Amino acid sequence: MPVFGLKYIRGVTTLQLDTNACTGCGMCLTVCPHAVLAPACCGKVAIANRDACMECGACARNCPVGALSVQAGVGCAAAIIQGALRGTEPTCGCCDDGKGTSCC
Amino acid sequence: MKNADIPWIEGTVGTPVGDVPRVRTSLTSRDCLGALARRWTLGRSSFTVAPGLYAVGVPSAESVVLVTANYKMSFDRLRRELTGIDAWILVLDTKGINIWCAAGKGTFGTDELVHRVKAVGLEQVVTHRKLILPQLGAPGVSAHEVRKRSGFHVVYGPVRAADLPRFLSAGMKADPEMRRVRFGLADRAAVVPVEIVQGGGHVLLIAAAFTLLGGLGPDGYRLDRVLSVGIPDALLVLGAFLGGAVLTPLLLPFLPGRPFAWKGMCTGLFVVLVLWAALHGLPGTPGPLALAAWLAMGAALASFVAMNFTGASTYTSLSGVRKEMRYAVPAQAVAVVVGLALLAVARFTGIHG
Repeated sequence: MPVFGLKYIRGVTTLQLDTNACTGCGMCLTVCPHAVLAPACCGKVAIANRDACMECGACARNCPVGALSVQAGVGCAAAIIQGALRGTEPTCGCCDDGKGTSCC
Repeated sequence: MKNADIPWIEGTVGTPVGDVPRVRTSLTSRDCLGALARRWTLGRSSFTVAPGLYAVGVPSAESVVLVTANYKMSFDRLRRELTGIDAWILVLDTKGINIWCAAGKGTFGTDELVHRVKAVGLEQVVTHRKLILPQLGAPGVSAHEVRKRSGFHVVYGPVRAADLPRFLSAGMKADPEMRRVRFGLADRAAVVPVEIVQGGGHVLLIAAAFTLLGGLGPDGYRLDRVLSVGIPDALLVLGAFLGGAVLTPLLLPFLPGRPFAWKGMCTGLFVVLVLWAALHGLPGTPGPLALAAWLAMGAALASFVAMNFTGASTYTSLSGVRKEMRYAVPAQAVAVVVGLALLAVARFTGIHG
């Protein structure tokens, strides 16, 4: 069942696929939680649903030939604010002290 | 705590590396109460499971190995699905954080997995070389690296533990539906308490401040105005907050726009209008100027709170949140300043708009 109305901002993802390097092993199809990638011609995969990408980084980390790249991170406003205040990358500071609330 | 004192452990299973605690597959009321308390972030300290190897049922050297986080809610969700299944559970040290969040941080990651496999002596316990990981662990784990470094082959199981029995009986095959993350009403409702607890304290302070400020007017401070103006103002603050923290998550798919800040702004405007009509009538004695002030401030508050709900959602990207914040945060700040200015004008000049 398609998730009604739950679509996020278009045209922002940093996901990139190097089709030449892709061997079509299918690991990215397995790990993607939003079916962003799909099997394509000639034993390769293609980015079929780019705007559904949440930049979790699972595909890039599990691609054995490094054909996928993405600037992975948490899509969390609180983490971005935390990062801005501390001068670091966005971070769920809430999870670091082991007692804070899990924002994720 | 000794294993014998842990209510969810029943006995042990002998292995070449020693006795492994066997866990129950039924949750007790204590497990469920613990989960509920965790949602409301009460008694947060002891919601972890000791990392290591556990047994379910009567596992043998051929039984599957299921990997999970040492957040008790993750662990409980897994074991309650395993009735009638013989398996090993390998609990990674994720510092008490759930799998997806820990994978994003890398604590549910390649290093910890390889380390834990060696630390428990897994290759002496099972004859096969397969580890079943929850799919949501994939952002932290590199399957091909785990294979290189430990000899174990990573198989990504379904997103939800509830699909595990079906996944296992189908020969470790997941259908596409098992691989998709959802964010249904129940999922959204489950994270609402965290939103309330995180912002609630600050909002109560703001509401208290507006209660007191309500006494101010062109003729100085009057206590009767605390009741007639201050209390309604405080209710508007609380209403806008709940609009952002409760209504927005629940109505998420039905609210206009894609940015969460925009969705929150819509709820904020709606809540303030409805509350205002109920408290004062339309436009009511405080006048249209005060109403405009509260629409601006209520929209800003609900928008900010809703924007922070991006972290609890399952489909927002870092790039997307950055993009919406670039215009939403300045807009929220301007709305608050303008709202306060309008309110001050309405109050001190006695202009009722």
